[in-house]
Amino acid sequence: MLLALLALALIAVVLSMPLALRRLEQWRTERAQRPQRGAAHALDDLYDPGRERRAEQRARELLRSCVNEEEWGMYRDLGFIRVPGRHARREIDRGARAAYAYLVYPHKPIVAYVPESGQLLSEYCVEFPDLTGSGGRHRLPASDDVLAKWMALTSDEDRVIRRANMHLIGRQLDPARVRRDLWRLAEWERRRGDRQQVPQSQR
Amino acid sequence: MKFLRMKPGHGEVLLAEGDPSVREEEERLVEEFRRQLDEGMWAAVPVTNSGSGRREAQMVKEFADIPPESERVIFFPRASGG
Repeated sequence: MLLALLALALIAVVLSMPLALRRLEQWRTERAQRPQRGAAHALDDLYDPGRERRAEQRARELLRSCVNEEEWGMYRDLGFIRVPGRHARREIDRGARAAYAYLVYPHKPIVAYVPESGQLLSEYCVEFPDLTGSGGRHRLPASDDVLAKWMALTSDEDRVIRRANMHLIGRQLDPARVRRDLWRLAEWERRRGDRQQVPQSQR
Repeated sequence: MKFLRMKPGHGEVLLAEGDPSVREEEERLVEEFRRQLDEGMWAAVPVTNSGSGRREAQMVKEFADIPPESERVIFFPRASGG
C-alpha cells in the first residue's frame, strides 16, 4: 500500500514538472525585464531636456489665447499679470477702477495691493499641484500656473483666496522687489499709452 | 468643443473633442467631464465679459453649465494653500 502511494506521488511530481518549469521560466523572464523597464523610464526622464521647454512653450500659447491682449503683453514683457479685484467697498465704486488688484507671478504667491497708492496688502500662497502627475511631476509649467491663477481669480476670486494661505508681505516675496515691479508696470503702461497715442496723432 | 487639461511636463493635453449637439459625442464629453472632476480637477471656460469686453474665465461645475458657444473647456488642478 505504501509503495503504491509513493509510486503515485512520483508520477504526480513527474507530470507537474513541465508546468513548474514553465512557471519558473516566466518568473525569470519577468524578473529580468523589470529592472530594464525601470531604467528605460529613467532614461526617458533623463534624455529629454527639451520636455519642460516644450511644455512651457505650449503653456504660453494657451495663456496667450485666453487672456486679454494687455495682460499677455504684461506677462511677456514683465513676467507677471495684474488681475483687478472684484469687490468694492462701496456700491458707488463698482465699475470704476478696482479698489485693489493682484499681481500674479508664476510659482510664487499672489500679491494683493492698492493700485491708487501702491500699498502692498498681503501675499496669498496658492498652488495647483497635479497629484495624478506621472514621474513625480506635480508642478505645472510656469505659464500654466499663471493661467490657473488667472482663471481662478477671474471666475471665483473668493474660492481661490479662501483656499490660499494668507501672509503679510515679505514672507516669500521681497517687498522691495514687488514695489520695483509696480514701478516697472507703471512705466510699461506709460510707454504703452504713448505708443497707442502716436498712431492716433499721426492720423 | 475641445476638452484640454493642463499637465505637468506636457503643457495642455487634448482629452476629448466633439460636437455637443450630436448625442453620442455629447455622452462622451459628459463622461470625460465627470471623470476629470472626479480626479479632482477644476473646469473653466475662457469667455469675454459682455459688459466690460474683458477676457475672463467662467468656472463650470456641471456639463450643463458650459456656455453653448464655448470652443474649449480647460481642466486644471484645484487650488490648495502653498
